[in-house]
Amino acid sequence: MIPRYQKILFGLLLAASVAMAATLWHLRERAHERLIAGQDSAPTSAPEIAPAEQATLLVANDSDGSLLTQYLSLPLPADPGARARAVLGKLLDLYAAPDAAHPVPGGASSVTQVFLLPAVQLGSATPAKPKLADSKAVVILPGALAQQTPQFGPQLAVVNFRGAFAASHPSGIEAEMLTVLSICGTLHANLPRVTQVRFLVDGVERPTLAGHADLTRTYLAADAMPAEEIRP
Amino acid sequence: MRWTKWTLAALVACGVAAATVTAQQAPPVPPARFVVVLDAAHGGDETGGRLANGQFEKTVTLVLTMRLRSLLGARGIQVVTTRESDAAVEPEKRAEIADHAAAQACLSLHASESGSGVHLFVSSLPPVQPPARFPAWKTAQGAWVTRSLKLAGIVNSALSQAGMSVTLARTTLPAVDSMTCPAVAVEIAPERSALHETTAGLDNKDYQARVATAMAAALVEWRTEARQP
Repeated sequence: MIPRYQKILFGLLLAASVAMAATLWHLRERAHERLIAGQDSAPTSAPEIAPAEQATLLVANDSDGSLLTQYLSLPLPADPGARARAVLGKLLDLYAAPDAAHPVPGGASSVTQVFLLPAVQLGSATPAKPKLADSKAVVILPGALAQQTPQFGPQLAVVNFRGAFAASHPSGIEAEMLTVLSICGTLHANLPRVTQVRFLVDGVERPTLAGHADLTRTYLAADAMPAEEIRP
Repeated sequence: MRWTKWTLAALVACGVAAATVTAQQAPPVPPARFVVVLDAAHGGDETGGRLANGQFEKTVTLVLTMRLRSLLGARGIQVVTTRESDAAVEPEKRAEIADHAAAQACLSLHASESGSGVHLFVSSLPPVQPPARFPAWKTAQGAWVTRSLKLAGIVNSALSQAGMSVTLARTTLPAVDSMTCPAVAVEIAPERSALHETTAGLDNKDYQARVATAMAAALVEWRTEARQP
């Protein structure tokens, strides 16, 4: 015979267990929603309400291996990182068009993030390779990086591509170099403080873009745009 | 003293005779060793680009390497290759082979469907003078960039004289950046007309032969230039 007080205790413990499970489930759902909301708040695309400004794109042309300057009016956000992503998105949209002179599939969604960091002077005692790319898995907090970036001085832009972009990029020295240099030149033309550019694919360093162009090194943005028309 | 004079005269005569015999017996001075490294890009699992005819870049580069090797061998040029079969070779290993060969010219051969004609690339590393005693990996080419540009100029002239469209540019290739020799990356694209219609694909034997012959002529000219004081 089970005493009455034990039955009551068992009932209370069972009710507490159910309540705790429900609370846990509720907290899990809320954390999931917060995560999704955080991803959505990342700089994704230029808002249509932003005022249209003139953007300078260095557009690659496979037929003669050149980069041609093209001026477009685009709605550009004020935040430099989002601005960089907006102009690169437009550049890659041009490459994804059916009649592109430098056909590369993927379009604007190929660039997931562009982060701006204080540039490390190349060739100095400081290692040329920023610590950001030393680790295999890179976790970047845009807010924290923005606080580290000084108001003036040269910047390093870290462009993070989707894996699908690198996987579908046409293989070839010229094709890959044109993509890399047009991105470097476009960033420098619209954000003059960007003097160096590095590339990541899905957040990690990758040896080459599609078998040729070295993605482990830092590119000098100014090298990509000496004049109106440039060769890689 | 009379005997001293005769002794001295005899010694001088012996010396002149010995020098004459030595000069006659001395072997002719061999010409300076001239070695060319041919690097057929990609190989094995690393196929490179997929070309229009379904071939992989690794196959075309190997065919071109073999063709160029034969032409250079017939012209008395020693050739070292980084691969002669469908084998995967790491970029570091390619550079290591080239560096051990102490070559006077290194050509990294590539193929692509993008663009037209032949694309010549020299490392985008800034020139470094004087060369370091122990050059760093991936920047070793810096000490050779000036010579590499000269070699690219000669290859450019030879290809242009053969009627091919040529573009000359700078690039960042891990294997080339580690080479300690005048190095040029040669990327062959299909030959196209002004209307961008393909007139000769990468599998066209005649086109391959024309490219290889022009490059062999360029390397012969480079050898002549290298031997000039």
